[in-house]
This record gives sequence, structure tokens and C-alpha cells, in this order.
Amino acid sequence: MEKVIEVENLITHYGDREILKNISFSIPKSSITVILGGSGCGKSTLLKHLIGLLKPTSGKIIINGNDITKLNEDQMNEIRKKMGILFQGAALLNSMTILENVALPLHEHTKLKESTIEIMVRMKLDLVGLSGFDSFYPSQLSGGMKKRAGLARALALDPEMLFFDEPSAGLDPVTAAGLDELIIKLNKVFRMTIIVVTHELPSVFKIADYIIMLDKGYVIFTGTLNELKNSDNPRIRMFLERQPEEEKYSPDDYFRVIAGE
Amino acid sequence: MPSEYRNFIEVIGSKTKPVRISIHNISHIINEIFYWAFISPFKGFPIRVKACINEMVKAGYNSVPIISVISFFIGVILAFQAAYQLKKVGALIYVANLVGVSLTRELGPIITAIIVSGRSGSAYAAEIGSMKAAEEIDALISMGINPVRFIVVPKLVALMIMVPALTVFSDLIGIFGGFVLSTTILEIHPLNYFNQTVNALLVKDVLTGLMKAWAFGVVITIVGVYQGFMVKGGAEEVGLRTTSAVVASIFLVIVSDLFFTALFYYFT
Repeated sequence: MEKVIEVENLITHYGDREILKNISFSIPKSSITVILGGSGCGKSTLLKHLIGLLKPTSGKIIINGNDITKLNEDQMNEIRKKMGILFQGAALLNSMTILENVALPLHEHTKLKESTIEIMVRMKLDLVGLSGFDSFYPSQLSGGMKKRAGLARALALDPEMLFFDEPSAGLDPVTAAGLDELIIKLNKVFRMTIIVVTHELPSVFKIADYIIMLDKGYVIFTGTLNELKNSDNPRIRMFLERQPEEEKYSPDDYFRVIAGE
Repeated sequence: MPSEYRNFIEVIGSKTKPVRISIHNISHIINEIFYWAFISPFKGFPIRVKACINEMVKAGYNSVPIISVISFFIGVILAFQAAYQLKKVGALIYVANLVGVSLTRELGPIITAIIVSGRSGSAYAAEIGSMKAAEEIDALISMGINPVRFIVVPKLVALMIMVPALTVFSDLIGIFGGFVLSTTILEIHPLNYFNQTVNALLVKDVLTGLMKAWAFGVVITIVGVYQGFMVKGGAEEVGLRTTSAVVASIFLVIVSDLFFTALFYYFT
């Protein structure tokens, strides 16, 4: 299995708090990898490191043979041209139309003619099912349509890797399922490497080829979907069976906590 | 007691650390802004002319009505106040000198800067702050687009051009305000007033005013943009940062005004 991203001994901090605690894993090429975990386990932080928005305290992130933690801004931008990212809230620029938003990476990184760019943008919008919405502003679209438009923008430069931050967050089940279909289609048709950060189990069961599970800053599982389902790790079982965290303290402890002792 | 010394040093440290961090952040942003505005255009990253024009319309053209009204009133007020003293010594015609010189040297630039701080400085902080909260800044970076080049440089160019331009406009309207009052209520002959103003004004007066205005434009952009980029949380912090952008930019405009006035007093 060819690896596209390798993470080695990654340690990161927010202020003084340690978020990711010495994690290592690799992401296979041309498959859909899901980074799974509960809220606050560090999965969004991990994503921000993978796309070079944050610098880790220590450790290596190797993408296509380059350690991105050691690259300067220009070299990093070359890698970023091969990445597409769909942010949680789509992160479209509100002052621009959908057409201008999707055309933005093409304007900035290519020297194509305006008419060519427009045709390419319409192709991407058609691919995500948004034909005819090019002159709309992001505020005029629904949440699901915004995500599709954000996806069209992420696809603008035909990236090798596509990152999704919580794609189904804030969407109804039907729209979320539509987005899952789109993710599978992109993987099957264009052989893109897709990395999805999520905690939505139905979506994970539908799309995942390979799963990396985080818990409290540690990687507790890597493997395929079947291996995850058959795992007997108690933390994984809790997650899959939707069990709540155990009570943290006894009633006596509780009184001590609220008394501030 | 060694522990008391340690506590003392810890207090100093904890009080000065945030200051050190803000100085670091401010200098980093100033550095970035000047790099992308003045150096990178020569390295093949052109300034986005269309965005600059857009910003110039928003910051400049759209504030013409409010600046005209306020400058006109200031001109009238100045003429009134000058006449109050000057008529006692029978030198009413010197109203023209006072209105002309004080507007071009001082009041035109400062009034324009205060209005632009309120309109554009706050808008910059709010715009960038909400873009930061909605991950739009992260999205730009992840597309390989530098947010300072993309968002800030057009704003800087716009204010560097529009604050001096609005100042010229404000000077003219203010002088016209003084003219209107003097020729009607103070009964000065229009031609006398006009000649007196032209004789009183030196090119130097106008130019120093415009240099100040240019510097105010830079100060307002940097403060607004800095406050915007410092937003980390959500909508509530955008509001706080917008308020402090206006307060800080008016404060710094007046501080830099003091600096330039002192400089011009000794060196022109």
C-alpha cells in the first residue's frame, strides 16, 4: 500500500496544554481515510497540522516525501496547490459570488484566460450539483449548497488530496448522505486521496476504507472498517455503541469540587 | 526570603509577557503589510488593482457626504470663534487667515482621519475579524493565498490615496464654510476674503497637512487590520475588537499628529 502522508511522533500544544501526545500513523494513497474521534480529542488540530496551518511542537509530517514542518511558506504553497480543503462552515468568501469563489485559486495560481476559467468553474460546479448558481452569493445559499460550493473550490486545481473537516456537521441526514455519495464518487472516479475528519458514525460506515481513531490525544486504532467493528478496545466499543463517559466522581468528590477544594 | 524575590520576579514576568506578545504580533503584522505592499510587487506578486479601486470607493467616495457636511460646519464654527476675538481688535479680515491656515495644517487632516477611523478602521477590524471567525482566513492560506496580500494591501493602498484626497476636499469645503459665514453674517467682501485666504496660505501648509493625512491612512489601516487578525473566538470578540480598533486608531492618529506637528515646527 503506497503511503501519501506519514506522521511521525507528532506532539502539539495549545498554549501550555498538550493536545496531540506523540502520535504516529500513515495515510494510504487513493483511498478514503477517516480520522475518527470524540469532541476535543484533537482531530481538528491534527487536520490543521496536516494542511500546514499550525506548526507542531515536535515531530514530522511527511507529504509526498517532504517534511512539511520544515518547509518555508513558498515551498509549502507548492504542496498546498495539490491539496483541496473543505472547511466545516465551507469558508467561502462572503464578498464574492460562487463563481468568483471557485475561480479564486485558478486566478491566483494559473495564467489561464478568463473564458477558460469560467468554463472550468462551471464544470466543477456541475460536478458538485450546483449548475446555475454561479452568480449567487454565499449568503443566498443553504448550508448544504455552501458545502458543495466549498467543495467545488477545493476541487478547482484538481488536487491529489482532498481534506474534509466534519463534512456532515450541521446538515440534515439526506443532505449529509448526498455529500457522502459525492466523496465516494470523487474517490472512485478521480482516484483522489480523501481524508475526512468526523465523528458521525453512519457516514464513517458508508465511506471509510481506512480508519485512524484518536482518543484524548493518542491514536488508539488504525485499520479497516471491519477491524474497527471487531475491535474489543473498551474506548472504541463505547464510541461505536454510543455509551456515555463513566461518572467522573462520586457524590463526595462532587461536593468537594463545587466547594472549590 | 528567596521565595518573596521569586514571587516578585514572577509578577513582573506575568505582567510583561502579554505586552511582549502584543509587541511581537504588531511588529509581525507591520512587517508583513510593508513586505506585501512595497517589496513583493517587484517580485512578481502584483497588487490587486481592482480590489484597491473597490476599497477606494468604499473608504473614499462613500465618505464624501459626511466629510463635506462636517468640514463645512467646522469652517463655519472656526469663523465664528475667530470673529469673536478678532472683532474686538478690529481685525475681522484675519478670520480668513485663521480659517485657512488652521484647516489646511491641522483640522482638515485630523477631521478626515477621525471620520475614516470610525468608518473604515472599524469596518476593517470587523471584516477581517469575522473572516477569521468563519475560517475564511484559514481557507485563503490553505489555497496558497497570503491573506495580507489579498485583503490588507488593497485597504492600505486605498487609505494611502484616499485620506490625503479626502483631506484636500475637507480643506476646500471647510474654507468655503468660513467664506459663507464671513461674507454673510460678518459682512466681509467676498473678494477681500478670497484674496486674504490665498495670501495667507503657503504651499507648505497644504503639503504638511497632506503628509500627515498619508501617515494617518497608514496608522488607521494597521490598527484596524491588527485588531481584526487578533480575533480568536466568535462574534462577541469581533465586536470588542471593532471598538478597540476605533479607540486605538483615533488615539494613535492624535499621537502621530503631535509627532508630525513637532517635526514640521522645527524642520520646515
